Amino acid sequence: MNEAAIYATLNEIFRDVFDDPSIEVSPEMSARDVPEWDSFNHINIIVAAEMRFGIKFRAAEIDALRNVGDFVALIDRKRQAA
Amino acid sequence: MLALHWLPPAGDFDTALAELRRDEPAADMLFDSLTGLANRQIDFMQTRRLDRYLTEVMPKLPARAPRLRLALLGSSTLDHLVPGIRVGALRRGLLLEVDVAPYGQWRQQILDPGSALYAFKPEAVLLALDHASLLPELPLETPAADADAAVNAALEELSSLWQMLRDRARTTIIQQTLWSDEPPLFGHFERQVAASPTALATRFDSRLADRASEHRVLLLDLRGAASGVGMQHLSDPKLWHHAKQAISPAAAPWLGDQVGRILAAIRGLSKKVAVLDLDNTLWGGVIGDDGLDGIVLGQGSGNGEAFLSFQRYLKRLTGRGILLAVSSKNDRAIAEAAFDQHPEMILRRGDFAAFEANWNDKPSAVRRIARDLDLGLDSLVFIDDNPAERDLMRRTLPMVAVPELPEAPELYARCIADAGYFEAVSFTTDDTQRNEQYVANRERRQLQASATDMESFLRDLQMTLTVSRFQPADLARVTQLINKTNQFNLTTRRYTEAEVRAMMEDPHILTYAGRLVDRFGDNGLTSIVIGRIVPDDSAKAIELDTWLMSCRVLGRRVEHAMLSVVAQDASTLGVSRLIGRYRPTPKNGLVKEHYPSLGFAPVETDGEAENGETTWMLPLGSNHLPPVDHMTIVYRRD
Repeated sequence: MNEAAIYATLNEIFRDVFDDPSIEVSPEMSARDVPEWDSFNHINIIVAAEMRFGIKFRAAEIDALRNVGDFVALIDRKRQAA
Repeated sequence: MLALHWLPPAGDFDTALAELRRDEPAADMLFDSLTGLANRQIDFMQTRRLDRYLTEVMPKLPARAPRLRLALLGSSTLDHLVPGIRVGALRRGLLLEVDVAPYGQWRQQILDPGSALYAFKPEAVLLALDHASLLPELPLETPAADADAAVNAALEELSSLWQMLRDRARTTIIQQTLWSDEPPLFGHFERQVAASPTALATRFDSRLADRASEHRVLLLDLRGAASGVGMQHLSDPKLWHHAKQAISPAAAPWLGDQVGRILAAIRGLSKKVAVLDLDNTLWGGVIGDDGLDGIVLGQGSGNGEAFLSFQRYLKRLTGRGILLAVSSKNDRAIAEAAFDQHPEMILRRGDFAAFEANWNDKPSAVRRIARDLDLGLDSLVFIDDNPAERDLMRRTLPMVAVPELPEAPELYARCIADAGYFEAVSFTTDDTQRNEQYVANRERRQLQASATDMESFLRDLQMTLTVSRFQPADLARVTQLINKTNQFNLTTRRYTEAEVRAMMEDPHILTYAGRLVDRFGDNGLTSIVIGRIVPDDSAKAIELDTWLMSCRVLGRRVEHAMLSVVAQDASTLGVSRLIGRYRPTPKNGLVKEHYPSLGFAPVETDGEAENGETTWMLPLGSNHLPPVDHMTIVYRRD
């Protein structure tokens, strides 16, 4: 799965979690840009991504995330390692 | 693992939900379609999606759909579990209104009489606590007696909170066994160190069950339910550290199903009958082709033993009040002979309350079974190894539960148990005798067929009806009947056990429990009337709040006898008339003419009666009550 495919899958997850079909994720996007992106939905995104990509994140990895770009890079790295 | 493996695969769930959203059919079909979607193996994101739509259309769903108000109180974050719980209830046709107490506020919510919890007026409260919220952390060297005292003190505190909750909210309480996924300090030796966290928690849990029974509190036995799943799959430690979620959102559909089945049981929506196929379901092979000696059952083969073990499980289910029925495409004589003649057969012909072995289609057979047993189709579970039969049943009779049976017979029993169809909230002597009662009913029907007229049939039954006020020992059975009786039920008012208890203590309320015995046996507690003494012009009247009867004793004119008992009380109390109401539901058409047939006159009500409700009145004194000369009545007033 290349980076574009990860973005596409993540886009589906975001639309689903926020129930908003107009969402387009971008590398710089962060919780500041989406009003409903609270800690509750943050966890939903994490768990949905774990299930969809078949990986498990560590607490420290989640702490280090600043934006969607970081998240995609993390998913890519974990998938490579898996 | 955490999959709802007894449900058919999600398949085209996403498309089906999108189409439902687009078309949004009328209330009844919308409700059935939503329930259908909930009965697929969906993951947590799909569950959220379904719940979102459910919440949106909730006000449009039909009035016939049972509803319940549930409050969640917990020592961890619970909001993420709500969609799973709502969908778990929907799976059983129950609609929930849910209130979640703010994180960390569970104790205050119970203690403060003005809290949001009490304002919500919950009908059920789920207390989901971890062991750190009740048990102290003790130095490991604490003597065993002190550790024991700490466990008892925690139980005392919890009991007094239950009591307070019960007194203030009159609600059913569901206590989750204490959550803990602390890694052990000592390993296998852990539980022999009295003050270790695991030893305290397990000691607490083992006493919790008795304590809960004393207080009539229900358990959500997470430890027991998760034993087949592995507790570690329910949680993800990083989510606890990040968001104080003890249970992972990924586990929400599974946990929600566990809660949903308890709530459904409270509302009387648990299944009552296992309808079983024969060939390759109760034994291996085809009895019609392979013959009595050719079928695989016992005889020391692994596969044969697996079928026996499934039969043993079913036999045990009959011991707790679950009825068995057969639906098989077979020659009836051959099928019956198998039960009578096969030396290893555990189930016998007498274990089945209904037996449909013929060449008709199975949905028709299942309809006949429901009719024979006087039960709704939604009380049945259809167990068949053949995917085509299962598919036909789901399409034709969607209200019948159809487990996705695994291919291996050694896994059948686990599949049925995991599905939670037969969840109970009480276990009474009536349950243990149910199968015998249905068998006796068959004999009664034979008597009826041979009797020349109704009067002689009723006389030949030699019935005695014993009526008393609700006794504390009846509480579980009375609540069970109030919540599950659908057909002979004039008002279909559902009450929790706490509410029934409050009525027993209310001097303005008269409660009547009727037990019927006849020459074939004891039918148990089967008739209930609740009357309310109300002021009426110059005198008093008794308003019949609830009148219901188990279908087991239909057509015996028990209602005439119950009326004569209420009338006796009325004359003692100086009551001038009885007032009765009929509130129609999709299932109680049977009693539409109940009051006029007993001599009640219609009462014109002001304005439009809500939902077709009718009111009836019977003046006492000069009136002739219907005669009761077909049974003996024993009335134990107090």
